[in-house]
Amino acid sequence: MGLTAERKAYLEKLCGKFRRDVVDALYKAQTGHPGGSLSVCEILTTLYFEKANVDPQNPEKPDRDRIVLCKGHAAPMLYRVLAEKGFFPVEEMKTLRRLNTRLQGHPSVKHTPGVDLSTGPLGAGLSAALGMALGLRLSKTGARVYAVLGDGDVNEGMVWEACMSAVKFKADNLVAIYDWNRVQLDGKSADIMPQGDMEAKFSAFGWRCLTCGGHDIKSLCDAIDKANAYPDGRPVMILADTVKGKGVSFMEGQNTWHGKAISEADHKRAAAELGGD
Amino acid sequence: MPRRNWGAIEMAKAIREVYGEALVKYGRDNPDVVVLDADVSASTRTALFQAACPERFFNVGVAEANMAAMAAGFASVGKIPFINSFATFVTTLALLPARIFGSYSKLNVKFMGAYGGLSDAYDGPSHHAIEDVAIMRALPNFRVYVASDEALTDWLVKHAIESEGPMYIRLSRDVFPSVYGSDTAFEDGNGKVLRDGKDVTIVACGVMVGFALEAAKALALEGIDAKVVDMFTIKPLDEELLLVSARTTGAVVTAEEHSVVGGLGGAAAETLAAAGTLVPMGFVGLADCHAECGSYKELLSKYRLDVSALVAKVRETVGRKG
Repeated sequence: MGLTAERKAYLEKLCGKFRRDVVDALYKAQTGHPGGSLSVCEILTTLYFEKANVDPQNPEKPDRDRIVLCKGHAAPMLYRVLAEKGFFPVEEMKTLRRLNTRLQGHPSVKHTPGVDLSTGPLGAGLSAALGMALGLRLSKTGARVYAVLGDGDVNEGMVWEACMSAVKFKADNLVAIYDWNRVQLDGKSADIMPQGDMEAKFSAFGWRCLTCGGHDIKSLCDAIDKANAYPDGRPVMILADTVKGKGVSFMEGQNTWHGKAISEADHKRAAAELGGD
Repeated sequence: MPRRNWGAIEMAKAIREVYGEALVKYGRDNPDVVVLDADVSASTRTALFQAACPERFFNVGVAEANMAAMAAGFASVGKIPFINSFATFVTTLALLPARIFGSYSKLNVKFMGAYGGLSDAYDGPSHHAIEDVAIMRALPNFRVYVASDEALTDWLVKHAIESEGPMYIRLSRDVFPSVYGSDTAFEDGNGKVLRDGKDVTIVACGVMVGFALEAAKALALEGIDAKVVDMFTIKPLDEELLLVSARTTGAVVTAEEHSVVGGLGGAAAETLAAAGTLVPMGFVGLADCHAECGSYKELLSKYRLDVSALVAKVRETVGRKG
């Protein structure tokens, strides 16, 4: 089903709200990762609100689609999306990273309703998503698995082990979405670990590669539809072009905002840009 | 492998063979059991499962971390995954997935350490596993077992399928002295008293259990009456059995085909110290060193992991009793 203009506007409005709330939560927490959270906003929103079969009223249903946030440090955005979806109250965002919270520093299946896999250490998410996909296929559920990768994530060798395995095992119910903002903790990916032609690399491993605008919900929807329309034995990698820190001008493209506490002055500037008061 | 006469039936099957057969026996008709291997299925004997259930067997190539993380994915959708490689690779290369997905998330993953201890003898220290138990024992929520004979190996596979939660099970490449009858009943968390004694307790695991029984016979000739316990359940440790044994015999010698750092000896010492049960202790194990290549028998002898080493350590420990 195509994305109506009305629906698109609704999802864009949601994303605006999520950005503002995540910046507020990170400011309140004085710890956490703004850059990657803002980068992955549209990807998670599109998955949870438009494309994935996920029902907070029936969170454990076996045939649900799974979503793995391999770049677990973007947890604040995942939490905000899950809250809006109805897994827990939005007010709980205030407890982010605090003692006794359900919203741990990185996603935890044991703490947070709606989280499908604990992540945090980079590199392991795609392999686990592959195991889910193969297990769901054995159970003949028809469920799909979406794995959201980041630039730091693909530095890890395990990701490439998973890339080989997914092709060998013909995991065509696995869709990886690469939140490709090209900036990581210490600097630009081009400086930290040059990526070369990523599309060619994943293609050479045997993945079907698609590209899309990672902040363009229509573009994301089209890419995911395309990915799901190819049950031909190949996993699909969607290279989603994104901007780290998207939506807050002074954070955009800045590695320094990977995991920095937001000062009062910066919070004011960010809030003014994001609106929503 | 030294072929000794234990007074029990000596069976000719290597532990890895028993393991492969048990996987088929208990996994064939259970659609949830999946088996992953890292290009060593001919060694681990998971090839037997592959032949029986090819659709539930996944050879991931030499990619242990990926294998372990994939297993977590399988577990998260209700499967019971067994991952297989040499014990040292399962507990080092696959440690990160073990920690985040098994230990932290409590996913139902079964880490199978083939070729425990020095059993991959000729391949040398790069392939020996001498710190695997210490590593896995440190992970919250992981249960850790060491197979000591064929019947126990068979039970451990059945137990891993039936009992939910992350587990590490150390196996062996070699033939072990048989200490149990095939109808022996085992229980999680309960060590096995194989011989009663009043002067000292030998708390052993793995291949050292059979050696401990032989050592006890030799010690009896010297007038030392040794109790022998198979502490196959390293975690949860049978603390009650350990404490009662220490109090009634007044001395404890642990014996493991593992470094003396952090394994069964460490676990026993922690338990005894915490309870204030301060009896003389001796530790038989690799002396915080790596071994070398050679035959299994030669290595066990040179690195003091044999009957004579046990006898000497027991003698010395008993000599320190007040």
